[in-house]
Amino acid sequence: MFPADLKYTKDHEWLKPAGDGTALVGITQYAQDALGDVVFVDLPEAGDAFTQGDEFGTVESVKTVSELNMPSAGEVLEVNAALADHPEAVNEDPYGKGWMVKIKLTGPLADLLDAKAYEALVSSESH
Amino acid sequence: MSIAAPELMKTPLNAAHRARNAKMVDFGGWDMPVQYPAGIIAEHEAVRTKAGLFDVSHMGEIRVKGPGALALVEHLTPNAVSKLAIGQVHYTAFLYENGTFVDDLLVYREGEQEFLLVVNAGNSDKDFAWVQQHAPAYDCSVVNESPATGQIALQGPLSVSILQPLTKTPLDPIGYYFFTHGEVAGFKCLISRTGYTGEDGFELYCAAADTEAIWTAVMAAGKPRGLLPAGLGCRNTLRLECKMALYGHEIDDSIHALEAGLGWIVKLDKGDFIGREALLAAKAVPAPRKLVGFKTLEKRDIARDHMPVVQDGKQIGFVTSAAPSPTCGLNLGLAYVPTELAKTGGRIQIEIRGRAADAEIIPTPFYKRTK
Repeated sequence: MFPADLKYTKDHEWLKPAGDGTALVGITQYAQDALGDVVFVDLPEAGDAFTQGDEFGTVESVKTVSELNMPSAGEVLEVNAALADHPEAVNEDPYGKGWMVKIKLTGPLADLLDAKAYEALVSSESH
Repeated sequence: MSIAAPELMKTPLNAAHRARNAKMVDFGGWDMPVQYPAGIIAEHEAVRTKAGLFDVSHMGEIRVKGPGALALVEHLTPNAVSKLAIGQVHYTAFLYENGTFVDDLLVYREGEQEFLLVVNAGNSDKDFAWVQQHAPAYDCSVVNESPATGQIALQGPLSVSILQPLTKTPLDPIGYYFFTHGEVAGFKCLISRTGYTGEDGFELYCAAADTEAIWTAVMAAGKPRGLLPAGLGCRNTLRLECKMALYGHEIDDSIHALEAGLGWIVKLDKGDFIGREALLAAKAVPAPRKLVGFKTLEKRDIARDHMPVVQDGKQIGFVTSAAPSPTCGLNLGLAYVPTELAKTGGRIQIEIRGRAADAEIIPTPFYKRTK
């Protein structure tokens, strides 16, 4: 449920470093399940720059809306344009087709959780 | 030191919901399923095209019986109770003297001198106290049957064909907003052709102890036909598409019955009832605000409950309920706006996360079933 090669935030985003100074960002299995059916993902534009923790978009489900926060400082290289027509990919494949932005890392990866620590956080939230 | 959260109330189906991996939420003090694993959109579509089964056992039931029962219910509600035939139901409200809402409810006429009042879960205690407070002047008994009563709602175009094999009561002859008594799966039920989804369907009232057996039997009968268990999440999107009021949203103790668009339940000529004077006065002057339906113009602008309606940076109204509509594929909502703006085709702006989003006033209900 929480792949070991990802880094996680306490706000339920994940970051997947590619090893070349870039990374993909999305929301976790736990987050998509809590939101329910996703109907729209509002994403930034390529070139937008963010510091760690900045709101970079929103994800809307039938019943609620949630902010997306940057797991790390970065500049947006690409957004997942397929989500415009298929927002349900966030529910169906949150770590794959449901990715949201690709960023160039512009700061160190700090204060992120590994899979084990994130799983512990989630199990304490859901009990 | 820590203070434990108050224990949530549970319906007789609580364990059944958990066994089906429902997502449970606190709904007005009740531990209720907001959705099952299929999700809100699939449950919503099942109700519109096939059928869905809801646990509504949290609703409150108050029985009023005796020679003074009719006069008491006439006094407490604005709709014409004397016009109800035995076996007929209508939608109505409890109003305060100023015409605002204690609650909305259904009145079932069980007999010449016997009525069943079905009220919202979150208002149940307040409603029972309200009826009791006014009852002493009338020769009748008032009994809160809520704890002893279970209720499930089978909703959707396949409702008749799913339910008929489980009961000897002929379902086709029961008209919309009529009811009868019979057995479902061998258990006594009040079988009511009513609902809160805009589809054909039945609400079954039964003994609390029988609720799970009836639920299980209906689920088994409907499963091959595409019946899904349905939670409060789709109940809300379904009723919103049909502009059915929800207490705490379209109606509450600050909104009166006429501005809520519920003039059709207010029979000012029926004789005295609580709230009549205020509504007569309100009717004599132009209403300052009106409930309208809107759609936002951009896909990204999804309005939500309680957001402000703004004009030139100032709040001029408020959204009561809003959500992306699974049936219409639009971002819909209901809002109170100044009457001069309440025209179909007119533009309003909703403040969504600090931004004024354009919306158009459109006709309601947003969805109406084809018969």
